[in-house]
Amino acid sequence: MTRVLLFGPLRDLAGWRERALDPAPASLSALRALLSAEDPALGEALARPGVQAAIDKALVRGDAALPADAEVAFLPPMSGG
Amino acid sequence: MIRLVEAPFEPGALLAEFSAGRSETGAIVSFTGLARAEAGGVEALELEAYPGFTDTAIAEMAEQARARFDLQDVMVVHRVGRIAPGEAIVFVATAAAHRRAAFEAADQLMDYLKSRAPFWKKSHGRGGARWIEPRAQDYEDAARWDERA
Repeated sequence: MTRVLLFGPLRDLAGWRERALDPAPASLSALRALLSAEDPALGEALARPGVQAAIDKALVRGDAALPADAEVAFLPPMSGG
Repeated sequence: MIRLVEAPFEPGALLAEFSAGRSETGAIVSFTGLARAEAGGVEALELEAYPGFTDTAIAEMAEQARARFDLQDVMVVHRVGRIAPGEAIVFVATAAAHRRAAFEAADQLMDYLKSRAPFWKKSHGRGGARWIEPRAQDYEDAARWDERA
């Protein structure tokens, strides 16, 4: 199972903050493709420059394999404090 | 010490707590950031954090400032959730042997927090709600402190 978290404007756009996907996608790109197939507007927003992805609370660049029971967060540009 | 808190906090109490029992500290600088009403345009701010990620990022910023300015101690308290105008959003305190280091460390830490801390901020007001990004000035302020490679 993969937990997916959306923050900031992404959450408003998608209409959800957290979801569990079972079976778990094998990679970040597979996860993006899955989300994009369901909601193309979200898929497009996730691909925008400035949107970062974190796996188990560590930022990743490009594609990455998803470990079992991974937590994947999509982080839009940060507002600061 | 890094804290993300949902409830309003009292900056004076935090400063008293931070200042207590220091016999080798020559200087403590504190900064408190408040939510502005923007002439009635803002009814509330909503601040979203990613627990376990946001606090780690802030701890790294604090550690960077501690090492660079040879601080004895650092405290960062940041609100999350809904914040009303006039309430404190952020409290930063630095302790050092001498004042210059304490001032500069607090300044750097605030500039980094304002532009680089992983928060997502929404403003609720008369014109509805909108997500806020740092101003160009915030990025420039933070870049002043970046050490050249």
